[in-house]
Amino acid sequence: MVDYKAIIAKYKDLPGGIIEAYHAIQKEQSFIPEEAIIAAAEAFNIPVKDAYGVATFYSMFSVKTRGKNVIRICESAPCHIAGAAQVVAALEKELGIKMGETTPDGKFTLEFTECVGQCQATPVITINGKPYGDITPEKIPAILAEYK
Amino acid sequence: MAEELRVVLRNYGKINPLNIDDYINAGGYKSLEKARSMSQMDVIQEVKKSGLRGRGGAGFNAGQKWMFAYQAQADQKYVICNADEGEPGTYKDRIIMESDPHSVLEGMAICGYAIGANKGYIYCRGEYPYVVDILNTAIAQAKAKGVLGEFDIEVRMGAGAYVCGEETALIESIEGSRGEPRYKPPFPPVSGLWGKPSIVNNVETFANIAIILEKGADWYASLGAPSYPGTKVLTLTGDVVNKKFIEVPTNTTIREVVYGFGGGIPGGKKFKAVQIGGTSGGFIPESLLDTPIDFDSMAAIGATLGSGAVLVMDETRDIVDVVERIAKFFEHESCGKCAPCREGTMRMYKLMSKVNKGQGTAKDVALMERLGRVMSVACLCGLGQAAPTPVLTTIKHFRADYDAKLQ
Ligand SMILES: NC(=O)C1=CN([C@@H]2O[C@H](COP(=O)(O)OP(=O)(O)OC[C@H]3O[C@@H](n4cnc5c(N)ncnc54)[C@H](O)[C@@H]3O)[C@@H](O)[C@H]2O)C=CC1
Ligand SMILES: Cc1cc2nc3c(=O)[nH]c(=O)nc-3n(C[C@H](O)[C@H](O)[C@H](O)COP(=O)(O)O)c2cc1C
Ligand code: SF4
Ligand code: FES
Repeated sequence: MVDYKAIIAKYKDLPGGIIEAYHAIQKEQSFIPEEAIIAAAEAFNIPVKDAYGVATFYSMFSVKTRGKNVIRICESAPCHIAGAAQVVAALEKELGIKMGETTPDGKFTLEFTECVGQCQATPVITINGKPYGDITPEKIPAILAEYK
Repeated sequence: MAEELRVVLRNYGKINPLNIDDYINAGGYKSLEKARSMSQMDVIQEVKKSGLRGRGGAGFNAGQKWMFAYQAQADQKYVICNADEGEPGTYKDRIIMESDPHSVLEGMAICGYAIGANKGYIYCRGEYPYVVDILNTAIAQAKAKGVLGEFDIEVRMGAGAYVCGEETALIESIEGSRGEPRYKPPFPPVSGLWGKPSIVNNVETFANIAIILEKGADWYASLGAPSYPGTKVLTLTGDVVNKKFIEVPTNTTIREVVYGFGGGIPGGKKFKAVQIGGTSGGFIPESLLDTPIDFDSMAAIGATLGSGAVLVMDETRDIVDVVERIAKFFEHESCGKCAPCREGTMRMYKLMSKVNKGQGTAKDVALMERLGRVMSVACLCGLGQAAPTPVLTTIKHFRADYDAKLQ
């Protein structure tokens, strides 16, 4: 059980620190639950709707449950022409889920992302923020094995 | 063939970025010391005289911008380094921060001295957590050595929003809000972070500062194109043999970039188009390849230098499909604050999809042209204003590709 209040308390005196607090929460459990948003609103002394507004504005934050490991596939133009679609197909097949879904065991979530700044090695995916470049469908099982 | 000129990346691969002594032994932090022995105005004049223009894409004269903040009266001012680097195909700021973080800190501290700010922020995109670690290590070492003096620097992380690279959206984000752009004016040098005068400059802009003070404004002004002097770090992606970053003088031509440094198109295929400046940049046909990459030369052909991303496409690429993908990007990244962009990017994406699926007509293309023209003037911030550029430039230069898909 993650202690949201304790995490948020560390950032409470940092002006504008709510985004840093959300990052810290997601480091622990890959999404931001309602309870944490309410706790953040209280700590930063803002209305809950604003705390919610911040959590939903940024694509790296999720207010819905996600798997333990979040796999993001870059679909920006350079990765797109380098074959991101094949990578998507291979990941969907390997995990048995579609983009945007989570595996039934709660281990993996598949998401699209825009450019993650590793374009020297397109196509690119990230797992929990860690980039993997020059991805081919053949490379996927070995990479996923690191997280199983 | 023209050679690379490493000014910004002068220490790349030569020093250990995690060891401040390496940077100091390479002459680092001498320029900050020098700046502090000069008057604030002299520092600003030197930067202004160098002709350095913003490397974030808009090309505003850096010294001029500092002057605005210097002249503003306030009890507190801020220096902000824009390390949001959201433009697809761009990773130059990451390379600079990973290989030589102190060059960025030194540039920020010099700016802080010049405008009278004792606090700096680096807003680093959330996709670069490993860069945040490097920056924090560098800051800790600089503090321990005392080289920054009274100047304090804090790193803040973005969280995946392209619009947060826009300076006022970035400021909103540091303040802990949704990253929606503000109305300008007032510009940040007058009223920025928490309403205080703030300089927002790009990573590469700051990384140029120390060497300008070291070698002098005249030296810098003599490099590259006279109206946009210095070098530019470019990142080459797509159908080029060398997918890498390069740093070249700004009078280098696009052809030299693609064929010289890039090594040309792989597999013996022919060139079709190059998009420079990232996803918000224009598409450039073969006939314009002899244009120099500097800001004004690019503007003159209806293109942009922007962030310096160079996406090359060979003859087999489906331009309409690529532009549809780009249109989806803007639909997704529009922050929704203003209607021309919120609705416009959505309509544009729908029209591009229709055309790409082979269901569009010449009327749809004409509609996109009109919509694009309206958006480029009616949208609140640069995101919406630039969003139609790929559509408009491809309709102009690659009309046959559209026609082939029309009903
Ligand atoms: N590096 C990247 O990843 C990306 C870069 N861009 C670039 O961003 C550019 C647009 O940026 P904007 O900030 O919207 O351009 P802008 O032209 O509004 O501003 C450029 C800079 O000059 C300053 N400025 C302009 N007029 C001023 C005045 N009268 N007084 C004081 N300061 C003034 C602004 O504060 C800003 O720092 C595009 O050209 C595009 O290439 C866009 C997306 C991503
Ligand atoms: C949608 C949008 C995104 C932007 N993203 C970035 C960015 O990632 N990095 C950057 O330095 N400038 C970006 N800019 C430009 C900034 O608003 C601003 O002009 C720049 O940081 C000023 O620094 P400079 O004068 O050193 O270039 C963006 C502008 C827009 C409109
Ligand atoms: S132009 Fe687009 S991104 Fe910019 S303020 Fe308007 S809706 Fe937001
Ligand atoms: S375009 Fe995919 S990582 Fe940059």
